[in-house]
Amino acid sequence: MVKTEIKRIDSQKLLKETNLSKKAALLQYLAQQCRIDVFDILHEKGTGHWGGAASAAELITTLYFHIMKVRPNEPEWAERDRFVLSKGHASTMLYTVLSNRGYFPQSELSTFRTLNSRLQGHPCMNKTPGVEMSTGALGHGLSVTLGMALSAQLLKKKFWSFVLLGDGCLNEGQTWEAIMAAAKFKPERLVLMIDYNKVQLDGNSDEIMPLDPLPEKLKAFNWTVAPKVYDGNMVSDIIQSWEWMQKQTDWPLAVIYKTHKGKGVSFMEDNHKWHGAPIDEDNYAKGRPELLKTLKDLEVQS
Amino acid sequence: MTNQSIAMRDAFGQALVNLADKYDKMVVLDADVSSSTKTIEFGKIKPERFLNVGVAEANMVDIAGGLATCGLRPIVSTFAIFLALKCTDQIRNVVCYNNLPVIFVGGYAGLSDSFDGASHQSVTDLAIMRAMPNMTVLVPGDPTEVQTALEIALENNGPTYIRLSRNPSPILFEKQPLMEISKNRKLSNGSDITMAVCGIPTFMAIEATEKLMKLGVSVDLLQVSTLKPLDIDSLITSVSKTGKILTIEEHSVIGGLGGAIAEALGKHCPVKMDYIGIEDVFAESGPYPELMAKYGISVNAIVDRVKNSMEK
Repeated sequence: MVKTEIKRIDSQKLLKETNLSKKAALLQYLAQQCRIDVFDILHEKGTGHWGGAASAAELITTLYFHIMKVRPNEPEWAERDRFVLSKGHASTMLYTVLSNRGYFPQSELSTFRTLNSRLQGHPCMNKTPGVEMSTGALGHGLSVTLGMALSAQLLKKKFWSFVLLGDGCLNEGQTWEAIMAAAKFKPERLVLMIDYNKVQLDGNSDEIMPLDPLPEKLKAFNWTVAPKVYDGNMVSDIIQSWEWMQKQTDWPLAVIYKTHKGKGVSFMEDNHKWHGAPIDEDNYAKGRPELLKTLKDLEVQS
Repeated sequence: MTNQSIAMRDAFGQALVNLADKYDKMVVLDADVSSSTKTIEFGKIKPERFLNVGVAEANMVDIAGGLATCGLRPIVSTFAIFLALKCTDQIRNVVCYNNLPVIFVGGYAGLSDSFDGASHQSVTDLAIMRAMPNMTVLVPGDPTEVQTALEIALENNGPTYIRLSRNPSPILFEKQPLMEISKNRKLSNGSDITMAVCGIPTFMAIEATEKLMKLGVSVDLLQVSTLKPLDIDSLITSVSKTGKILTIEEHSVIGGLGGAIAEALGKHCPVKMDYIGIEDVFAESGPYPELMAKYGISVNAIVDRVKNSMEK
């Protein structure tokens, strides 16, 4: 099919926007733009994970364009906020957001999963500028991020340490070891963000490994849990959660975001079959117009 | 060799204390066995840089990974059996894949946790650690080498595994030059057979060498304190002269010192080889020296093996 070009937002200009509701609308647009780029790349390559990447578009976009202090031209800046994508299979979304943020050229995105590329199937910190930790095998992210938050404490630095977990990460025993340990050491500015789409590779998480009642479990493990479940596909809600985080003094923090796996393509949403299935020509042709329509609608709003 | 012995774990605890001020980025992590591994000694003087993470070894290794990304120098300590087996994924995917400068100290290695039985005896850790890209593998041969090994690891910009025994070892190298990375220590010059040894059995190999000399067999004895990267040149020089080699280790005969040397010599200088170590079996509970002897690691076992090989 002939690919309709999309109207691209000036992401650097967006960073300077001071009106919060205007910025939220712009971020919502940018997240959708990234989602379309991911959809295109995954279709082009015939390999990679759509479901979990689409789920996390707004969360990763808002982190890098609103919440975190980073310097893309100085990725190793010691005071930078840290973000670990524990659900490393959503790598394409991280790469797309990082390139938009200025860590590397957007033209490089099409090298995803090809030989000699800096963009590995799952994130690799020594290959891709901006990637803080190599992930892929599930369950490592929270432990590593706890180590980063403890570093901030030991080195007397003020950076935030964010980690994004999916349902699969919460199946892993190690995550619960880290949940206990974080509540013991209570490092400041450690935030566990949960991309709670409730769909795993083989089926719904309620069927594969039930996690509810998740907020109650985290509270019982002595975490400070956000008072509501935010909409993780809605930038204004994510911004609200950040407002909440900044007011807290009792660490560590957990925020649960309700999201939709495969968000943006109706027949792929909340369907485990689109965890990692290649996007073939037919489904690409059917799905892309839906993503474009949403982008068009967001253009009016922004 | 002196008559004085020091437990390897005590040497480790003391080394941490000795190095605590020199290396102010050093952070020590332990998994509820710090009283056994002796990391508690560091915890007593630097509580802010000591993290007891409970019985959760996998989490411990990844916390260390996170610390290392921020410029700290974590030393991860627990029993070798748990480090090598419960944390293989974390050591591979977080530490080695990213070439992070994390130091792993596997205590109670080999059969040294003798009474606790096979569940606690670590005889495959060298095989596992050696197979990880970027990993340096060190095996101190006496208590005086423990601190040197730690310093080598602290100066190394990638992951290092240090294998330690629980038990006392005679002081062998107090008056000798310090251990160096990837440099075998020549302990005896001989021309009939090469012996290569690592870890606690080093003192046994020295005794066996003396006995063999009296029997008219001259042994070229090398102590290997770095299994990876291996000092291949000194091994080639030695076997070029003797034409045969016996390796001696407190580890499975699969994949440890013997395996490392076989891989190297097989490629560069194939000679007749034999291996002393734990055969492909699980050991059992019992007193350490007797247990070692039963599973084929003793002065007599070394002497007998060499005598047999000389008769063939």
